[in-house]
Amino acid sequence: MRTPFLRPLAVAAVLPAALLTACGGESGDKAETGTGGGGNTIKVGILHSLSGTMAISEVTVKNSEQLAIDEINAKGGVLGKKLEPVVEDGASDWPTFAQKAQKLIKKDRVATVFGGWTSASRKAMLPVFERNKALLWYPVQYEGLESSPYIFYTGATTNQQIVPGLDYLKEKGKKRIYLVGSDYVFPRTANKIIKAYAKANGMQVVGEEYTPLGHTEYSTLVNKIGEQKPDAVFNTLNGDSNVAFFKQFKSAGFDAAKLPVMSVSIAEEEVKGIGVDNIKGQPVAWNYYQTTKGKANEDFVKAFQAKHQGAVTSDPMEAGYNAVHLWAAAAQKAGTTEVAAVKKAAAGLSLELPEGKVTIDGPTQHVYKTARIGVIQPDGLIKEVWASKEPIKPDPYLKSYPWAAGLS
Amino acid sequence: MSPRLRGYALFAAVGLLVLVVAPLTLPAFRLDELAKYLCLAIAALGIGLAWGQGGMLTLGQGVFFGLGGYAMAMYLKLHDAGGDLPDFMTWSGVERLPALWKPFANPAVAVAAVVAVPVAAAVVLGALVFRQRVRGAYFAILTQALAAAFVILLVGRQGLTGGTNGLTNFYDFFGQDPEAESTQRTMYFVTATVLGALYLAARQLVRSRFGRLLVAVRDGEDRVRFLGYNPATVKTVTFAVSAGMAGIAGALFVPVVGIISPSLLGVVPSLELVVAVAVGGRYALAGAVLGAVVMNYAKTSFSEQWAGGWLYLEGALFILVMTLAPKGAVGLYEQARDALARRRPAPAPVPDRPKTEEVPA
Repeated sequence: MRTPFLRPLAVAAVLPAALLTACGGESGDKAETGTGGGGNTIKVGILHSLSGTMAISEVTVKNSEQLAIDEINAKGGVLGKKLEPVVEDGASDWPTFAQKAQKLIKKDRVATVFGGWTSASRKAMLPVFERNKALLWYPVQYEGLESSPYIFYTGATTNQQIVPGLDYLKEKGKKRIYLVGSDYVFPRTANKIIKAYAKANGMQVVGEEYTPLGHTEYSTLVNKIGEQKPDAVFNTLNGDSNVAFFKQFKSAGFDAAKLPVMSVSIAEEEVKGIGVDNIKGQPVAWNYYQTTKGKANEDFVKAFQAKHQGAVTSDPMEAGYNAVHLWAAAAQKAGTTEVAAVKKAAAGLSLELPEGKVTIDGPTQHVYKTARIGVIQPDGLIKEVWASKEPIKPDPYLKSYPWAAGLS
Repeated sequence: MSPRLRGYALFAAVGLLVLVVAPLTLPAFRLDELAKYLCLAIAALGIGLAWGQGGMLTLGQGVFFGLGGYAMAMYLKLHDAGGDLPDFMTWSGVERLPALWKPFANPAVAVAAVVAVPVAAAVVLGALVFRQRVRGAYFAILTQALAAAFVILLVGRQGLTGGTNGLTNFYDFFGQDPEAESTQRTMYFVTATVLGALYLAARQLVRSRFGRLLVAVRDGEDRVRFLGYNPATVKTVTFAVSAGMAGIAGALFVPVVGIISPSLLGVVPSLELVVAVAVGGRYALAGAVLGAVVMNYAKTSFSEQWAGGWLYLEGALFILVMTLAPKGAVGLYEQARDALARRRPAPAPVPDRPKTEEVPA
């Protein structure tokens, strides 16, 4: 007797092929990339992780980007057309980000995409945007050493966050620094920069430890820190690890007065998760806090909380919100959503946004940002204790810092 | 038409659909996605062989997929760097090219490694594990732990492996820009052809004496041993073949999708492959292929339709298929035929009922 393996195969294979063929009618090759599609609306892509480990952070950015789109639509849209967001889920999975970016560019023909959080997702999307000559707005602080002509970076680069954070520690007389980070590209690159800075500024790095993303056992590490007796810890842990770290840090008898921990990935949203009691009084470095002064921010916080009751606003959310407004203003100025024209119009563009005046630096496609050091308050909000005098010019390759020569 | 002829005719029809109809009707971007599904189908085919035929539930196929993928990606990275260090090494603070990378500058070595490294890893693992008669849940747990450990290793050695980012941003795939539409089209045909060839080869293997032995090992390992065969050898060979397939799948995945990263190789993606095989029907090799294509198509399509909650839909699809058709989608065909046969007034004996479908799990 013969086993007809091939018969099931045929039945099997016809089904998906038929399904796929059924969607064959979609999107001809007529429209040009980056036009946002025809018709009376302009399509824009929103690509964040709505599922998986990063969802908790990225959903908040998606919400603030949608708020910005609603605001723009309420004022008549861009070039007389309403914006139509196409939301995709990057699923905390970097290859999915690349594939969904392709889909937004090629199938939906969006005018631009707002998206990404982790450096890994940005690195995965970068070739897709560069090859298709499409535009990505990336809203999170990152490790620098990158300047793609098809990405606008509305979060801080290192000289707008990490370097001011170090300046602050130096000003406070902290000489012995212990580095703690999650094991991925941002902490490793950040620490490379910190070590170069320390060497040039008479500071000493007394320890450098990495733990896997999602790691939650920190008693050994906290003990090690205790043995070294540093003046301060520089913390680049990400996500849930911070909860475990700060809990064990506190139960080992440390607090902000004894040993300050400067964090660069903990914003208002994360403070809620860590528990204010574990982290109050600790310094953080960002460019925006919910408490930042100014009418633009008051309006932003009010509008956001009207839609999402009890929610806080944080730096990446604000940077995502800014990205939408900056793109819209650039497209309006260019008179088109075509990528090359928008890039040109964006250079030097300046808007009054929640963090203050934000100007796009043409050559790097990063933005000028005011550096702000804040201290976590018992109510979970962050109070600014130090700010740069003016928005700092972005310098992703740290070219203007002699001590950073040889880093890139 | 004899069943055999009919089988070949249907295979040809499927081939026509995949190689002619789909490329003519699908937009370039959808074709590229189909190529991705076909890559995963190659890995699923390997699982179909190891699990469906051989009863080895391997939950760590991502490891072999990754070994193949990284072998290919390492060559592409070195080629793009043209004598310098690959970009990620520069920003990870690596100053000299690690010794592990050096052989991969040679394309022949890299392509050979795509198959050789996963096969070698599977042979070593199989020899250790199957000889100790580790099987069933213990084998499954072991392979799953391996996948978890592999990911931790890749993430932890950022300077060597690119860490969580993985390896991405390739400019030159054997003289072609991997993101160009023409290359993607070519890669689609290459992937489809490789899948077809591997399917035929696997089918041949299953029908051979070795294949019968494999099914016998699945259904009664001790009996096979008492008959004088060594089940460990049979299982090791099959496991190695399935690992080789996963390696090839990984290597094709790199130019098709443009990235290889730990998030593709861990426990969850490895499980997803097994789930796809279960949905398609694990007792038929075609079921594995079908499952991988359908589940990944469903994933894309659900997440496009309903970005906020697509995971629920995918879970529901899995539960639905498993309750209605415990033998997977291909099993449905059998169920429908049996139901029809029962309805006929004079139930004629069914002439060629597949033997493999009778076997209980």
